[in-house]
Amino acid sequence: MFPIRVRDLRFQPNGRPVLDGIDLDIADEGITLVLGPNGAGKSVLLRTLCGLIAPTGGTMDWGGGARPERGVMMVFQHPMMLRSSVLDNVALALKPQGVARQQRHLRAMTILERVGLAHRSTDSARQLSGGEQQRLALARAWLTRPKLLLLDEPTASLDPSATAEVERIVREIRTDGTRILMTTHNLGQATRLGDDVIFMSAGKVREHSPLQRFFARPSSEEARLFIQGELPWRLNF
Amino acid sequence: MPTLSSTFAEAFVLLLAFDERVAEIVWLSLKVSGGAVVLGTLIGLPIGACLAIGRFPGKTTLTVVMNGLMGLPSVVVGVVVYLMLSRSGPFGGFGLLYTPTAMIIAQTLLVIPLMAAIARQVVDDAWQRYAEELQVMRFSWWQSVTTLLHDCRHSLMVAVLAGLGRAMSEVGAVMIVGGNIDRATRVMTTAIALETSKGDLPLAIALGLVLILVILVLNAVAFAMRGWAMRRYG
Repeated sequence: MFPIRVRDLRFQPNGRPVLDGIDLDIADEGITLVLGPNGAGKSVLLRTLCGLIAPTGGTMDWGGGARPERGVMMVFQHPMMLRSSVLDNVALALKPQGVARQQRHLRAMTILERVGLAHRSTDSARQLSGGEQQRLALARAWLTRPKLLLLDEPTASLDPSATAEVERIVREIRTDGTRILMTTHNLGQATRLGDDVIFMSAGKVREHSPLQRFFARPSSEEARLFIQGELPWRLNF
Repeated sequence: MPTLSSTFAEAFVLLLAFDERVAEIVWLSLKVSGGAVVLGTLIGLPIGACLAIGRFPGKTTLTVVMNGLMGLPSVVVGVVVYLMLSRSGPFGGFGLLYTPTAMIIAQTLLVIPLMAAIARQVVDDAWQRYAEELQVMRFSWWQSVTTLLHDCRHSLMVAVLAGLGRAMSEVGAVMIVGGNIDRATRVMTTAIALETSKGDLPLAIALGLVLILVILVLNAVAFAMRGWAMRRYG
């Protein structure tokens, strides 16, 4: 699957450039943070990588071949919670793989213990707090042992303690051998979790550099202003 | 000439006395309509879910047709089923005409479009919310259908109730394919029509009251179940 080589990737619905010629190389380990202002195309990039959106141009090379059928998972900002128990919601991820129900539940329970939700396994998933629901979503993705995990602002609207718990799980998943790409607006979180940073704006990748260098010496003016909390378009006023 | 109050009084007497004729008719009605709703659920709900989730040419046309068939006149269904099951029809050899089975078939055909159309709407709403995650998990088309039908089970109760209401209240189709034969194919609606035309209003009223009561009780049970489920699962 790795390295993933993205070349001149475009997504232009009705001619509007949401992704405008993205070039990326994604190696096989670490956590990459995708940063950028709202509307930069971060979420669309993740959706394109996991096959939810068909690009209108460009190529993606997954270790010399096409995107594999399995091995790529994505966790969304507002994860799906079916009207069933926490255990059923997690075990659901193994259903497409044809794993027997009993085996699914057994494996789901093991993962629930790792994300600290085993004690709530019989509760309704919809009764969990926002942080717990996000941990459930991470557990569901983790259960499939993905090679690449895409996280779309998993801690947006979570309080600091729930955020810390999600970050702990993300680190564990990474230690388990999963490559992670994650979007966030939380720069503190980026410094805590990231190995490298992709900075996007207006559908383009402006910068892809190691975390330390990105925050110490951003190579683009837009990235520098973003880090400082300035919004680039204010310059136009 | 009997007054309204005396007619109702006689009707209550029939009910309180647990009149054998009334009980027989009510029981057959429940069997026929219940059977039709079970079949309608097994066929109509998956059809609705497939329409919501599937991507195929003609989907919009099929959806419009399905919605239009919700108002299918029961007598039309009755005539079509009659032609299919009559001696000269393609299924005449089974000898089903004027049997409760024929009535179940006719009512099933009546409720399928209604239940499918409601199910399509309910499942479509859920699909809009869940599609991306199910696709990411590589759910097959059929796995998505079954997962969403299960997830929407409490909302789909509305489709089942609507189907039951339609089946229990229709008279045209069962009259044509059942023949309204005493102690064989006479159900509440056909009996009410017959007894009214004969002038036996107390029996007609008694049956009408039972019909309303059955529908009310079933709705109340479904409402209570849905309320419990919403509290339990959100």
